[in-house]
Amino acid sequence: MPNMKTYKNPMPCQDAKARAKNFNEVALGYDKDTAIDEALRCLNCKNMPCVSGCPVNIHIPAFIEKIKECDFEGAYEIISKSSSLPAVCGRVCPQEKQCEAKCVRGIKGEAVGIGRLERFVADWHNAHSSDLTLNIEPNNHKVAVIGSGPSGLTCAGDLARKGYSVTVYEALHTAGGVLVYGIPEFRLSKNIVKKEIENLEKLGVEIVTNVIIGKTLTIDELFKLGFEAVFIGSGAGLPKFMGIEGEALKGVYSANEFLTRSNLMKSYLSTSSTPIMKGGSVAVVGGGNVAMDAARTALRLGADNVYIVYRRSMDELPARKEEVEHAIEEGVEFMLLNNPVEILGDENGFVKAMKCIKMELGEPDEKGRRSPVPIKGSEFILDTDTVIISIGTSPNPLIKSTTEGLEVNKWGGIIIEENSGLTSREGVYAGGDAVTGAATVISAMGAGKTAAKAIDEYIKGKTVN
Amino acid sequence: MYEIVNKKVLNPFVTMMDIKAPLVAAKAQAGQFIILRVDENGERIPLTVAGFNREAGTVKIIFQTVGASTLLLSKKEKGEYIEDFAGPLGVPTKTENLKKVCIVGGGVGCAIALPIAEKLKEQGCEVTSIIGFRNKDLVILEDEFKAASEKTFVMTDDGSYGEMGNVCIPLKNMLENGEAFDEVITIGPLVMMKFVVEAVRPYGIPCTVSMNPIMIDGTGMCGGCRLTVTEGGERTIKFACVDGPDFDGYCVDFDEAISRNGMYKEFEKHAFEDSCNLLKKEAR
Repeated sequence: MPNMKTYKNPMPCQDAKARAKNFNEVALGYDKDTAIDEALRCLNCKNMPCVSGCPVNIHIPAFIEKIKECDFEGAYEIISKSSSLPAVCGRVCPQEKQCEAKCVRGIKGEAVGIGRLERFVADWHNAHSSDLTLNIEPNNHKVAVIGSGPSGLTCAGDLARKGYSVTVYEALHTAGGVLVYGIPEFRLSKNIVKKEIENLEKLGVEIVTNVIIGKTLTIDELFKLGFEAVFIGSGAGLPKFMGIEGEALKGVYSANEFLTRSNLMKSYLSTSSTPIMKGGSVAVVGGGNVAMDAARTALRLGADNVYIVYRRSMDELPARKEEVEHAIEEGVEFMLLNNPVEILGDENGFVKAMKCIKMELGEPDEKGRRSPVPIKGSEFILDTDTVIISIGTSPNPLIKSTTEGLEVNKWGGIIIEENSGLTSREGVYAGGDAVTGAATVISAMGAGKTAAKAIDEYIKGKTVN
Repeated sequence: MYEIVNKKVLNPFVTMMDIKAPLVAAKAQAGQFIILRVDENGERIPLTVAGFNREAGTVKIIFQTVGASTLLLSKKEKGEYIEDFAGPLGVPTKTENLKKVCIVGGGVGCAIALPIAEKLKEQGCEVTSIIGFRNKDLVILEDEFKAASEKTFVMTDDGSYGEMGNVCIPLKNMLENGEAFDEVITIGPLVMMKFVVEAVRPYGIPCTVSMNPIMIDGTGMCGGCRLTVTEGGERTIKFACVDGPDFDGYCVDFDEAISRNGMYKEFEKHAFEDSCNLLKKEAR
């Protein structure tokens, strides 16, 4: 009998007050009984609407059936056929906009907690199972992957499972890309990322850090080294700024810099040598997941007040719902329908305040999105010591500038064929933020997956002919 | 891990090391930089390359002890290893078609200026070098500069060695006497570079500066190294790690860059004192 409760089993979390002062994971995960109870809410629909909502098409009802049967390892095997990073996706996917948005149970009440179940299964596997021993027959073909973020790791994992010898080149000193430098510990523990990467290494994937493709080695040199195809997953690049007065003041960060200092360089720990400005008031400009991460990190570093300054309203806030709720619970103040016009500094060049203007939503444009319009004369001063600008990034220029024949669009994104990830260069594929500009972990994984399939077909096609 | 294959203390504050990093050595060019971390908890330290040996697979770095991380690096010995060494990053210094160039280096900046002087000499360019230091004890690479230049001026602030005064004095003299340089290339403290640019400006000679802002990743991701340059009358944000580190000196907002480099002064001071205290304890 299915469990017909209208609501999802709530996610156990650290107390809001306590967690606002530590970097431990906020959501604690379902236990076994809760997971089975939640799994029983799944109606195992024949047409599986949820699967179509998943960018990597995980066979969702099948893995949930396994949970019902208490076969958690079986559930993991099903997920890992489609996803290289289940413990990560269970934590950071915007499920409410993807699989769970399509769930039939969502019509009357809440969708099945698919993300929470995925996380449960992955955590259970990591805690209980030694490893998933797969018999992989090496096919003696070499593929290079640029970047060890979600798209690169997914592409590498899929190809390794097919028998390819895969080398992943990472520019930074630690593998993981945005999972390591961007997403904070309290949302995605670095141990989990490490574990997922170790799982890939067990599949035979080789990860080489401190190599910047486009500088240390070029794509043409990779082909000379014997790689038959290359996947570019180099990720988001230069942060965008607003172009207002005062952005060069001391105390103004891009979200990338602020989060990199805290996450990758661990400046929240006393053992780190990397400094970060903390305490006082912090204003974060933007409304995406990165903005939420920056705001909640600032809070944990000891800020007295943290504001999200966003030019639209709560309905348009692009961040994952759970992150917004968590941020509010922890005490982040949302200053919606406000836009910065100038950052003001003190006599020593440090930030002291930000001048903002109130906004209202105008008529919907052709896409139905209501654009914000400034209200004349509504400027006001917000006292703040730090400003973190989180309004997006533009793709990294390093590879493009050293790869002849690699075409990019006017925003700098690499141009690809949608259904294969193929770029304008033969044997060179791309996906993730390097193509789209800032997007989600799971869409990058979807792109890595698509490219892995296309690379496999390309190399096999070449060998046959 | 990357081996320190050679170490030489150039003066009480400046150390030279050759690091085994074949991939970086194969590509490095004058004007580019590398990023290193001494150990697992270390900062990412950007250093402009002071030389390279492609056959031996080594990259030369010369650094000044300015904070806790560089102090730690200076304590490493030949045969020991550092955690990370990545590069080469940034755009190489443009030297094509230059026939007569004045190189102006200040302090540890001379270490970066030297490979540019050497490269210019190699391509048959007439190089005049002006190198400046606070005092006699801090003078580095004098012989190397003399070997790479037609003329070399050594300046010290207190006159304890070479000529007394700052690097702008011989530069201005030469410019007033009509020396027709194709370009002036200057590397050193921001304040010095600012004054060199002002000395050259009336003569309209191109003046390249090498910027050294605070950086984290160095690969065009964090935006910490941003500076403002004026292009076509418009102030634009540039990133030293991917657009530089060389910039047209006439266009750089030096006052802003000087202010931004002081962002962590207090933190650095404390971290430095902490490590000094630790070293004192060790000594005891």
